[in-house]
Amino acid sequence: MLRGAAQKRGWGFWAQLAFTLLVCGFLILPALLSMLAGITVNFFQGLSSGLTLKWVFQVFELYSDTLLLTLGVALGCLCVTLLIGVPAAYVLTVRQTWLTRLIEEVVTLPVAIPGLAIALALLLTYGGFGEFRRSWGFILVGHVLYTLPFMLRAVMAVLASIDIRTLEEGAASLGAGFWTRFFTVVLPNARSGILAGSLMVVTLSIGEFNLTWMLHTPLTKTLPVGLADSYASMRLEVGSAFTLVFFVMIVPLLVAMQTLSRLERRARSARPLADDKSREPAAKTAGATAVETVR
Amino acid sequence: MSRDLSRQLVLLLPLAILVGAFFLLPVGRLILVGASGEAGAAAYTAVLTTPRYFESFLNTILLSAGVTVVTLAISTAAGLFLQRNVFPGRDLLIALMTFPLAFPGVVVGFMVIMLAGRQGVIGSVTDALFDEKLVFAYSMAGLFMGYVYFSIPRVILTIMAAIEKLDPALEEAARSLGAGPWTVLRDVVLPALKPAFLASGAVCFATAMGAFGTAFTLATDIDVLPMTIYTEFVLYANFATAAALSIVLGAITWLVLALSRSLAGNTVAAAG
Repeated sequence: MLRGAAQKRGWGFWAQLAFTLLVCGFLILPALLSMLAGITVNFFQGLSSGLTLKWVFQVFELYSDTLLLTLGVALGCLCVTLLIGVPAAYVLTVRQTWLTRLIEEVVTLPVAIPGLAIALALLLTYGGFGEFRRSWGFILVGHVLYTLPFMLRAVMAVLASIDIRTLEEGAASLGAGFWTRFFTVVLPNARSGILAGSLMVVTLSIGEFNLTWMLHTPLTKTLPVGLADSYASMRLEVGSAFTLVFFVMIVPLLVAMQTLSRLERRARSARPLADDKSREPAAKTAGATAVETVR
Repeated sequence: MSRDLSRQLVLLLPLAILVGAFFLLPVGRLILVGASGEAGAAAYTAVLTTPRYFESFLNTILLSAGVTVVTLAISTAAGLFLQRNVFPGRDLLIALMTFPLAFPGVVVGFMVIMLAGRQGVIGSVTDALFDEKLVFAYSMAGLFMGYVYFSIPRVILTIMAAIEKLDPALEEAARSLGAGPWTVLRDVVLPALKPAFLASGAVCFATAMGAFGTAFTLATDIDVLPMTIYTEFVLYANFATAAALSIVLGAITWLVLALSRSLAGNTVAAAG
């Protein structure tokens, strides 16, 4: 494969490069433009009108509650998925029966079913519980349902790849009880999966719109709801500035995720016996990131 | 180890309670509400029998299918290039192309406005070239562009992973037997990528079927199923129809993903 690249670069190479750059431009150009618009005095007049941070400040003024709530919900979501998801992922990995497979299938359903449908289901069932309906706990429930499969999958992939059962048997033969094994063998060995899952959960929660739009109340708005609101009712510059704030929040998370998967890949290829079997989890974790994050 | 079982059940219990109370119970209720309208259980076939719903259903399917085909073609062309050539800036290019993965649908809608809206790039370019401003963000074409926008980053990762796993010896053999580059592509590379096409195509199709945020931002008069469900629920308070339609939509997206998983085997598990 590499031989092709070492050959002289004919017109085919340049044509393909041009196409790829075009696709990349299609994806990145609007993001760059909107960031620029967020710090331009008047986007309609263009850059000559000068740069300013006043739109960004205006966003913080108008939507500081929204930003705080978004972080609160994301952290709450992370706590719940860690507390519930990690232990469950362990049990689902070590005990593979028809029942655990069924549970896994059901828990993963919210990835396949549109958020709109889940939101309607929640509204029709719990919409009458006024206190709960009005609290941000209602949004949290939706976010937990949506992000839980990603935490499960990330942790399960790691546990399956290191053959946790054999490790546990070793610990058990040395006299370690169930809880000792869980806290000193299972959890430390699953940490790369837990970290990847956590990054995914926070990123998804910050960007979740489909469920949140249906579940929110005027007092419980999260960032994407505020974004939709600003696109519809504010001038282009304010919407752009808000988008800029959103990018600033998620880019570090994305970079962390990519770095993590790169480090894992390097660690794996450094292992002398990197056969196909040990490569599989890499495809899985990378694939898990590729699951629908925008719906 | 039987004492482990009870402890493992303790670890699994919170998940079971959460999913039972906040997912299974509500979805069960949704199914019942869907059948509770004037039409009764016939509400579930309304998507085929009522012209208005059927039209938006058809729109959604055609749009999703078109988006899937275009996305697969673009991602394969770019993916083959990125996976098989080593050049400075390659990693950056890949990182940039997967960056929009975390954009919510509303932001994708805004990106479309940036490209094809009244002050968009495409409009300014056509204005400068042909003296005519091309604006199509708020139409079906704009929606199509938005869906391709959020599908490419997702599909390209799966396809590149599949290209990496291809056995170069097969292509070598085809070349040594005298096959030209296009023949190798058509007869060796593309058939070998079929499982990846099925897997990522299914994810792409299902996502496009259920996408709501992008249509919501571009809004106005684009008639796709999620928007129809939304207006039935919010504007007309027609809970039974909204419930029935969303059950049908959810069943279709789930079915597409399950089907491709059984056809393509493990690859889908990797793609989600």
